[in-house]
Amino acid sequence: MNLWREVMLVAGKDLRIEARSRVTLYQVLPFGLIVVLLFAFALDPSRGVLARVAPGLFWVAVLLAALLAVSRSFQVETENAARDGLRLSGLDPAAVFLGKAGAIAVQLAVLEVALGAGVAFLYDVELRSVGLLVAAAVAATAGVAATGTLYGVLAAGLRVRETLVPLLLLPVVAPVMLGATRAWEAGLGRAASDGWPWVALLALFATLYTSIGMLAFGSLLEEA
Amino acid sequence: MPLVVRLRSAVCLLGRFPALAGVDLDVEAGEVVLLSGANGSGKTTLLRVLAGLHPLHSGTGVVLGHDLSIDRRGARRAIGLLGHETGCYDDLTVRENLRFAARAAGSDAAASDAVLERVGLSAQGDVAHGRLSAGQRRRLALAVALARNPRLLLLDEPHAGLDAAGRAVLDDVVAAAPSEDRTVLLASHELDRTRALAGREVVLAGGVARFGVAEPPTSQTSAAKAEEEEVRAG
Amino acid sequence: MREDALLHRRVATVVGWSALVSLAVLAVLGLWVAPPDAVQRDAQRLMYLHVPAAWLAYLAFGVTALGSALYLWRRTRSPVWDRIAGASAEIGVVFTALTLVLGSLWGRPVWGIWWAWDARLVTTAVLFFLYVGYLALRRIPGPGRATRCAIAALIAFVDVPIVHFSVDWWRTLHQEGTVFNDELKAQIHGTMAFTLFWGVLAFTLVFVYLLDKRYRLEALEEGRDERELEQAIAERVASGETGPGGAADLVDSGAPR
Repeated sequence: MNLWREVMLVAGKDLRIEARSRVTLYQVLPFGLIVVLLFAFALDPSRGVLARVAPGLFWVAVLLAALLAVSRSFQVETENAARDGLRLSGLDPAAVFLGKAGAIAVQLAVLEVALGAGVAFLYDVELRSVGLLVAAAVAATAGVAATGTLYGVLAAGLRVRETLVPLLLLPVVAPVMLGATRAWEAGLGRAASDGWPWVALLALFATLYTSIGMLAFGSLLEEA
Repeated sequence: MPLVVRLRSAVCLLGRFPALAGVDLDVEAGEVVLLSGANGSGKTTLLRVLAGLHPLHSGTGVVLGHDLSIDRRGARRAIGLLGHETGCYDDLTVRENLRFAARAAGSDAAASDAVLERVGLSAQGDVAHGRLSAGQRRRLALAVALARNPRLLLLDEPHAGLDAAGRAVLDDVVAAAPSEDRTVLLASHELDRTRALAGREVVLAGGVARFGVAEPPTSQTSAAKAEEEEVRAG
Repeated sequence: MREDALLHRRVATVVGWSALVSLAVLAVLGLWVAPPDAVQRDAQRLMYLHVPAAWLAYLAFGVTALGSALYLWRRTRSPVWDRIAGASAEIGVVFTALTLVLGSLWGRPVWGIWWAWDARLVTTAVLFFLYVGYLALRRIPGPGRATRCAIAALIAFVDVPIVHFSVDWWRTLHQEGTVFNDELKAQIHGTMAFTLFWGVLAFTLVFVYLLDKRYRLEALEEGRDERELEQAIAERVASGETGPGGAADLVDSGAPR
C-alpha cells in the first residue's frame, strides 16, 4: 500500500472521528472566538487599536486553539490502547505522521476561516490581498500542524502531556507567529513592506518540520 | 519445520522491573502453544515482546525471521495480537474500526466484513465502539487481529469476558489456525479449556520459562532430554 | 582501565584549576586592566561577563544538539552521548539566564532600558525557553527518555537560527536603529578585545569542568541503577521458585513435566 493511500487512510480516520464527536467544531472553535473576544476586553476597544493589532491577535488565537487541536488528536490515541493499534497496524510511521498532521491542518483551516470572519467582524478590518492572506495561512498552518503533531506524539504517553506540549511547542513556532503576522499585516494593507518573503519563510519552516516529522515520528511512536 | 519464534535468555524491562528475566523459547510454524503461569509471571510481557512492542534489554529474539534487536517493526504486518484492549476508537463504529485495521494491513472492506461475520459481530456492525460491552470488545479485538491475516497469532487471556458463544468462536479460530497457516501462542488461566486446544504448554514463573518443554516436539530426541531441561531450569 | 580513570581525574583537576585561575585573571583584567569605556564608563565592564555567558549559552546548546545527534545515529549510539547532552543542557540554561540578566543590568544604566527587541536578545530568550522545555522532558523517567530528549533537542536546535533570522529581519524592516543596536555592532580593540577573548576562554574552561562533573554524576547514578537491576533480576527469578504461584506450587497444581 503506497504512502499516499496510507496518509489518506489515517487522515480520513481522524477526520471521521471529528465528524462524529464534533469536538473541534463545538469546543475548540468557540474557544478561539472567546480568545478573540477577550483580547477586545483587554485592549482598548476603540476600533483603531484593535484593527491595527488584528493580525497578531488572530494568529495568537489560532496558535492557542492549535494547542487544543493537537491535544485532542492524541487524546483519541490514548483510549483503548489505540497507540498499540497504530504500532501493530503495520502502517508506515511517516504516513501516520502526515495523516495526523493533515487532519489537524484541515481542522485548523476551518478554525481560521471562522476566526478570520470573527476578527474581521469585531475588529473592523478590510482585506487588501486575499492571495497573500491565503498563502501565508496555508504555510503557517502546515508548519504549526507538523510541529504540533511532532510534539504531540513525543508527549503522547506521558502523564504530564497536557502541560508539557504547550511549553515545548510555543517557543519553537515563534517564527511562524512572527512571519504569519507580518504577512497578514501586509495582506490587510497595514504594512508598507512586502508580505511574500514572509510566506517564503513560513514555507521553509513548514517543509523543514514536516521532513523532521516524517523521520522522527516512528521512533517517538515506539517510545510512547 | 521453520521456527517462527526463537528466544534465548530474553530479558525485558518494564521501567526498572525485569518482567522477563531470561526466557528461552522455540515455536515452530503451525504449533499451538499454551503459556501458563500465575499473575505477574510475565505472560503478557512475553507476548508483547514477540509483537515487537517492547525492546529486549538483553538476550536474543527472532520472530518470523526478524531479529528483534535490529528490527522490531518488521514482523508486525504478519502478527496479530489480542491484548487486553482493542486498540480501536470509541467514536467510530465496529465496522469502521475493523475496516481501518484491515485496510492498514493491505486488506479490503469485503475481507473485513467476512471477519466480522466470523467473530459474530455482524449485527453490531454499526454500533459505536464506545457502546460495546466487554465481551463484544473482546470479539472485536479478535477480529482486528484476524483482519491482518497474521501468520503468528498472539492471544493474551482471550477467553476472559467472553460468553459461551464467544468462547466457541475463539476455540474454532484456534483449532482452524494450523490449517490456515497460522501459529498460535496463547496465554491463559483457563487451563482446562486451553490445554485441550494446545499442542504443548510452557509455564512461566518469575519471568523465566520453567516447566513444560521449551522446544517443539519435532526437535526433541527423547523424553530423557526433556527431563534434563527441567532439572536445569528448576 | 584504572590508568585511564586516573589520567581522566588528573586532567579534570588541571582543567578545574585552570578555570579558577583564568576567572581570577579575568576579574583583574575586567575590573582594572581594561580601560573604562568613553561613553558608558564602568558599566560597560559587564560586557566581559555578558558576552562570554552568551557564548556559553549557545555553545552548550550546540553540545546538547551534537550529543543528541550522536545518540540517535545508530553507529554511535551510546548512553555517553545522552548523558553529555543532558549535562550540557543543565549548564547551558544557567548561562542563558545569566546572559539575559546581565544584559538587563548592562542595558539599564547605559541606555535606560531593561530590554530591547533586537534579534540577539530575543533569540536568547527563546533559547531559554527551549532549554526549559528540554529539561522538563529530561525529568520524566522511562526507557524512552533518551530518544525523546534527543529528538526534542534537535527540533529546538534547528529552530534557533530560524528565530534569529526572522527577528533580525523584522527589526530591520522596522528600522529600529537604536543606539543599543549600534553599540553591539561597535568594533572593540586592544585591551578590551583581549579581555573579551580571555573571558570567552575562561568561561569555556568552566563549562568543560562543570560538564565533566555533571557527566560523572550521571554515570555514577546509572551504574548504581545497573547494579540494582541485576539484583532485581536475581530476586525475580528466585521469587519464581519459592513465592506464591512459584515453581513449587506449580508442581503441585499439575503443570506438565
